[in-house]
Amino acid sequence: MRARVALEEKEIKYEHKHEDLDTGNKSELLLKMNPIHKMIPVLIHNGKPVCESLIIVEYIDEAWKGKTTSLLPSDPYERAQARFWADFVDRKVYTYGRQVTWSRKGEEQEAAKIGLISSIKTLEEEALGDKLYFGGEKFGYLDVAVIGLCSWMYTYEIVGKFSAEIECPKLMAWAKRCMERDSVSKSLPEPDKLYKGIMELKMSFGLE
Amino acid sequence: MEEVKLFGYWVSPFCRSVEIALNIKGIQYEYIEEDLTNKSPQLLQYNPVYKKIPVLLHNGKPIVESMVILEYIDETWKNNPILPEDPFEKARARFWANFVDQKCFPALWKTIWSTSEQYEQNKAEALERLKVLENELGGKRFFGGDSIGMVDIVANFIGFSFRTIQEALKLDVFTEDNFPKLWEWAENFANCSPVKKCLPPQDKLIANFPPAYMGKTLVSSFQSRLQLQFHPPAAAK
Repeated sequence: MRARVALEEKEIKYEHKHEDLDTGNKSELLLKMNPIHKMIPVLIHNGKPVCESLIIVEYIDEAWKGKTTSLLPSDPYERAQARFWADFVDRKVYTYGRQVTWSRKGEEQEAAKIGLISSIKTLEEEALGDKLYFGGEKFGYLDVAVIGLCSWMYTYEIVGKFSAEIECPKLMAWAKRCMERDSVSKSLPEPDKLYKGIMELKMSFGLE
Repeated sequence: MEEVKLFGYWVSPFCRSVEIALNIKGIQYEYIEEDLTNKSPQLLQYNPVYKKIPVLLHNGKPIVESMVILEYIDETWKNNPILPEDPFEKARARFWANFVDQKCFPALWKTIWSTSEQYEQNKAEALERLKVLENELGGKRFFGGDSIGMVDIVANFIGFSFRTIQEALKLDVFTEDNFPKLWEWAENFANCSPVKKCLPPQDKLIANFPPAYMGKTLVSSFQSRLQLQFHPPAAAK
């Protein structure tokens, strides 16, 4: 999702190739372009692969410098803050989110839910505050890093049995603002479709 | 007048990364050793989210997380760059730095803390990771080319401390026979002056790690004695 939003923000034309992530069904191209991790996303630019979503976003910003406004701020300290929070989102928010989504009901899921709510509150208070976007007045790198929450939060809420509007109203307001951007609405799956897909997968794995 | 301070811990390879980068750039800094059993109010103030070292303080502003700090250092002090300028090569360097940080370091760390039952399995995983790294190094002197770059810096644990610890524990994970290119890289790396300046003392390193193949109770008592910030291998990030 991050790579697509970044490409759209920079107004870069690209071809999207859907991958079947079942082992055994991954395309030869994917395995050739990311032999180490064999995972998506992979950006292929003039035949050369760039892997890992946050690395791809920075690459897009640097390779098409000047095409539109930069995603990352220019000041090194502000860039460090943005990178710190992007890493926090991966390390805490999405990690707990995955645990909430995929664990069976019980203690493990409860603990993950507590971690998830605590980490999204930290993100909301410390990184977003009262700003329009994480980037300030402008949509930027950290907004791209967090963008997946616009689709995923619905799943987390239902599986985790909590209300994001109550727990993190500013983050939800930010998500609504982002979904009004073409770059985001074009690139992200609809929250309820994502939820249905996840539930089907969970049932097929015997987790529901 | 620039004020640069680094809050660190002597054994942490994440702190070594920051020091090596500062040394490459020739930055004067004040090093503050933290007692991890009794973290200073400044550390807690400057890193309220994780409460961990390293913390770089530049003119009173804190930057945390070693990889974030490395990028900050490279962008603030432009001499002797540690990342390539070309966007594709930069993305490659970041990818490999992540690989070392997230895949190699935890695998090697696990071998040190293995009980005898766990060792062979942990060693197999570490060997796999080192093989990938050696292939990436290829015929280059350093991962950064002719001079050390971000990937070399992040791999400092492999370059120095791990070899010291494994020798003391008589482990056979990273050997010259198994990984001749990586071995030569480690020798060259450990001899670079920005690296030599900040390596932890060998005898202190050896004294702080457990004898090989200890039982579970002894391993955990050594772990708590070492009082590491990073989680024990089973709960690694």
